[in-house]
Amino acid sequence: MLVVWDYLPLILKGMLLTVEVALLSLLIAVALGILGALAKLSRSRVARAVAGVYSTLIRGIPDLVLMTVIFFGGQVLVNRIGELFGWEYIDVNPFTAGVLTIGFIFGAYMTETFRGGILAVPRGEIEAGFAFGMTPLQVFVRITFPAMMRHALPGFGNNWLVLAKTTALVSVIGLHDMVYNAAVAGGSTRQPFTFYLVVAALFLLITAVSDAGLRRLNKIFSAGVRRA
Amino acid sequence: MDFAAIIGNLDLYLQGLWVTVQLVALALVIGLALAVPLALAASARRVWVNFLPHAFIYCFRGTPLLVQIYLIYYGLGQFAAVRESFLWPVLSEAYWCALISFALNTAAYTGEIIRGAMAQTPAGEIEAARACGMSPAMTYRRVILPSAFRRALPAYGNEVIFMLHGSALAGIITIVDLFGAARIVNSRHFVPFESYITAGFFYLCMTFLIVWAFKFIERHWHAHLKPLRG
Repeated sequence: MLVVWDYLPLILKGMLLTVEVALLSLLIAVALGILGALAKLSRSRVARAVAGVYSTLIRGIPDLVLMTVIFFGGQVLVNRIGELFGWEYIDVNPFTAGVLTIGFIFGAYMTETFRGGILAVPRGEIEAGFAFGMTPLQVFVRITFPAMMRHALPGFGNNWLVLAKTTALVSVIGLHDMVYNAAVAGGSTRQPFTFYLVVAALFLLITAVSDAGLRRLNKIFSAGVRRA
Repeated sequence: MDFAAIIGNLDLYLQGLWVTVQLVALALVIGLALAVPLALAASARRVWVNFLPHAFIYCFRGTPLLVQIYLIYYGLGQFAAVRESFLWPVLSEAYWCALISFALNTAAYTGEIIRGAMAQTPAGEIEAARACGMSPAMTYRRVILPSAFRRALPAYGNEVIFMLHGSALAGIITIVDLFGAARIVNSRHFVPFESYITAGFFYLCMTFLIVWAFKFIERHWHAHLKPLRG
């Protein structure tokens, strides 16, 4: 059991990267999700079609396959385009690829979550905002978004928990996250089970902390809602 | 774009597709068989009965499937007791390790789905069953479980799709499933974009097939919920 202590700093360093990847992709996912939801609910037929194709395609293909398409395929595609324009060889950084891919995937799930949330906001509240002379952006920031978050929060929480677990896949494209580092530690000590078990426990820790955080968020966004 | 290599290896993809279908179908059947008793035990009132099922569900839903596969495939060999046991021929093979981890994983998710659906059974239905003189076992068999299965159907459809997508991880531990086939084609011909996107296309088709199948089943099972046509 003592070797675990020797390698714990390595695993924790990996955990830091895992959390970093997760939070950055969450940021992208939320941005894409809001854009996607607005597009799906917009009057423009083109915007609706683009958002529809995005959320259907992404949710139909496994995350691992998308990640390899974007990381390995993107690398080749970028350089094939580069050849045409005479650019120098471009190295796609696995960290960027990982964050972009996970953000891109969960943007599709967030699109559905936020779409449902926006639909749950009473129409009158939005109309009242416009009646006060607010711009569409002001209406969204001041009324639609805060009101929608309460309805979207359960779905948002689920997406976040799945996203955090999906970050384990970045080890496959060579990022030194905690799964990758556990493989290293397990290989050199010949105790893979021990180290993967440690990683599993750390994921449970992330889940537990997230649960507590989500409960707080739920309290904030449910302010003023009467409970039976 | 160079899809010549893909066309030349189409049979490899089809073999991979068959392995994926096999793995997912077997995992789902085993998982569902485990999930029902798991859900029953998890919704028991006594703590010593529901504690272990709850812990199982919590652990398997709280950790990545990738880590679960690694624990079983790479991890179990750490123990001499496992290596010397009669189970080693099974546990040293990637295919069985993948199947075991998939089945346990989907059992945990499905168990939670069924448990949640059972918890939502209207109290009136159970009271009515009791008033008709049904024993607890008969109440479960005739009232609680059938109505819970109906309510669980949409969520279970999502779980089936998640299992299909999760099964791509089998390709990482040397199994030639759909994703494994894409990896082989890529390593032979170096066409990363084309090889992986082809696998993606097959997964997409299967996803649509599953969505369509569940719509079909829901139409049958939920026929009584449809609005009357005037």
